[in-house]
Amino acid sequence: MAEKNGNLRTEEIQLNMGPQHPSTHGVYRALLTLDGERVVGVENIIGYLHRGIEKLAEDRTYTQFIPYTDRLDYLAGMLNNLGYVQTVEKMMDIEIPERAEYLRVIMAELSRIASHMIMIASMALDVSGWTAWFPPFRERERILDLFEMVCGSRLTLSYMRIGGVANDIPEGFLPNLEKFLNDLPRMIDEVNGLITGNEIFKARCQGVGKLDLDTAIAYGVTGPNLRASGLPFDLRKAKPYGIYDRFEFDVPTLNNGDSYDRFVIRLLEIEQSAKIIRQAISNLPDGPIKAKVPRVIKLPKGEVYHQIEGAKGILGFYLVSDGGTKPYRLHIHSPSFVNLGVLPLISIGETVQDFVVNIASIDIVLGEVDR
Amino acid sequence: MAMEGIFTGIAASMRELLAGAPPWLENLSMGFLYLVGVLAFIFLNALYLIYLERKISAYMQQRIGPNRLGPHGLLQSVADAVKLLGKEDIIPRGADKWVFLIAPILIFIPATMLYAVIPFGKGMIAADLNIGVFYFLAVASTTTIAILMGGWSSNNKYTLLGSMRSVAQMVSYEIPLTFSVLGVVMLAGSLQTSQIVMAQEKVWYVLLQPVAFIIFFIAATAEVNRAPFDLVEGEQELIAGPYTEYTGMRFALFYSSEYANLVSVSALAVTLFLGGWHGPWLPSWLWFVIKLYIMIFIFMWVRWTFPRIRIDHLLSFNWKVLLPLSLANILVTGVGIKIYQLLTLGRW
Repeated sequence: MAEKNGNLRTEEIQLNMGPQHPSTHGVYRALLTLDGERVVGVENIIGYLHRGIEKLAEDRTYTQFIPYTDRLDYLAGMLNNLGYVQTVEKMMDIEIPERAEYLRVIMAELSRIASHMIMIASMALDVSGWTAWFPPFRERERILDLFEMVCGSRLTLSYMRIGGVANDIPEGFLPNLEKFLNDLPRMIDEVNGLITGNEIFKARCQGVGKLDLDTAIAYGVTGPNLRASGLPFDLRKAKPYGIYDRFEFDVPTLNNGDSYDRFVIRLLEIEQSAKIIRQAISNLPDGPIKAKVPRVIKLPKGEVYHQIEGAKGILGFYLVSDGGTKPYRLHIHSPSFVNLGVLPLISIGETVQDFVVNIASIDIVLGEVDR
Repeated sequence: MAMEGIFTGIAASMRELLAGAPPWLENLSMGFLYLVGVLAFIFLNALYLIYLERKISAYMQQRIGPNRLGPHGLLQSVADAVKLLGKEDIIPRGADKWVFLIAPILIFIPATMLYAVIPFGKGMIAADLNIGVFYFLAVASTTTIAILMGGWSSNNKYTLLGSMRSVAQMVSYEIPLTFSVLGVVMLAGSLQTSQIVMAQEKVWYVLLQPVAFIIFFIAATAEVNRAPFDLVEGEQELIAGPYTEYTGMRFALFYSSEYANLVSVSALAVTLFLGGWHGPWLPSWLWFVIKLYIMIFIFMWVRWTFPRIRIDHLLSFNWKVLLPLSLANILVTGVGIKIYQLLTLGRW
């Protein structure tokens, strides 16, 4: 589309951003239409990390599928584990031991903190605040160390089992966890000092990528992104799963719905997750960590949908069983995929630099978008 | 005092050696000597500023930084240079070949020329032009042409956007930069860098012209494309800006020219505001280098602390804040000079 601007002929250009680009957070690709530095069109192009996980599920037993869930949102493996095993358990109708429930909550919230830390760090990096990248990553490393203590791996955890968890926590886990929680406010202070309060950062993010509440609901945006737009909707409160109804915590909500709020809300949520973990530690009962589950799991014929509050929003598993040992069909409702849909809308009319900030603030993980 | 005359001594003995030779030969060989000196200074600095930058950023970020090659990783930059020399020299198929090849060489010409008017120490100036400051500012702005050439000829949209940003930034920030220098020139009454340094024997101009110094610092940061004004190569958006398509040594030339420019604007800041080579006890050139490195450290400190500014904010900050401020500074300086003359000389 060319237009006459005085005697100068200006033309829009198409800029291909990704799948290999420093700040597309994986293999996301955007086809931008630019008018100078201004974005006039965005096309989301996904699928570079498609592994057919949903199809693979149809050829795996219910237990065998657990490791695949780690590869969805690989920054919050525990939450995916949790969502999946709870879906299967919902169909099996079994009683989960108390200790396992509490351990699940501790791990899930740790995973949430780790995921939010990545978002904070990478958003700081995307506005070139290099130094602010380090405090969150330094502390996240300690979460990964804790995961390593408990299940031997750091990223692809596969810790949850149908009916409980894989291992009990080892000696020294709880003291380390307490120490980590005590150091958490220091990290938040560091991030606030380095980047949250920085005038340039505020100028870059405030009012950028504004997502109003109606649009957010219309597009099905969930999780921190929705709460930053002003709706205090959190499945842990609204429709508690597991034992979340036993914990005392707030649902932080901000009103502007811009990139800055989406950044700040993650910091606030880290604090709330820490609060939940503290309560879980103090109430942690003794006992078994796994219910009696048959060696070969067969689900009754039927279908089930279960959703949890993932790190990025509502993570849902829709499972259809034909009565065999393998799922007939498994569909994963992934929050990143849904949230990504709103990115073109909020980025049009802003600059290329804002677009980069918007990708970071939406917080997508391509493993989950493409599945 | 032997240390003081170490470099001027070399030049003097060279002159003595050529005493009987025709004047053109003397000029030629002296020019060659200066060029060698300046180039050695630039490349040593570029090599070790990269190391320094990595170390400083590492300590700011609770890391260790390069520590494998040589003691404390001091040979890391050498190894990097060797690695870059061995890289394949790729010219994109759609590129404008000659412009693409010339740009990285061309960018080094102004970077080298700038050092001609920098007084490194007492009597240590390659060409003591009577319009030294003007020369510096004029030559410094030509750097953009080479960046634009590189960005345009690569035939890539990222490089194009980067080089367009570079031009927009240069056109804007050149003006407050020049105006902030004007305050110093008014006080010293000369455009000659050696004269400006001599005029600061008693009091440094940073004390008399604090506002000008701050404007100069900000504009210079933008001029040499350093964070928070590193929009030209803004990695997060433009990958590497105009340098995206360059490989191996050509990329290294662009990269080290940035450090050469960083050194030259720091040197100008020292000359204009921090009293040049003036200082007690130590040899004058050592004082100059110490002050130079303090300036460079501040540039690096800023880079690793602040996030990058947005292009429209950058331009509006320049035109709406820096430019009026620098104009006001000139006015205040002029009035101040007149009042001072009235008080001391009893006449305008």
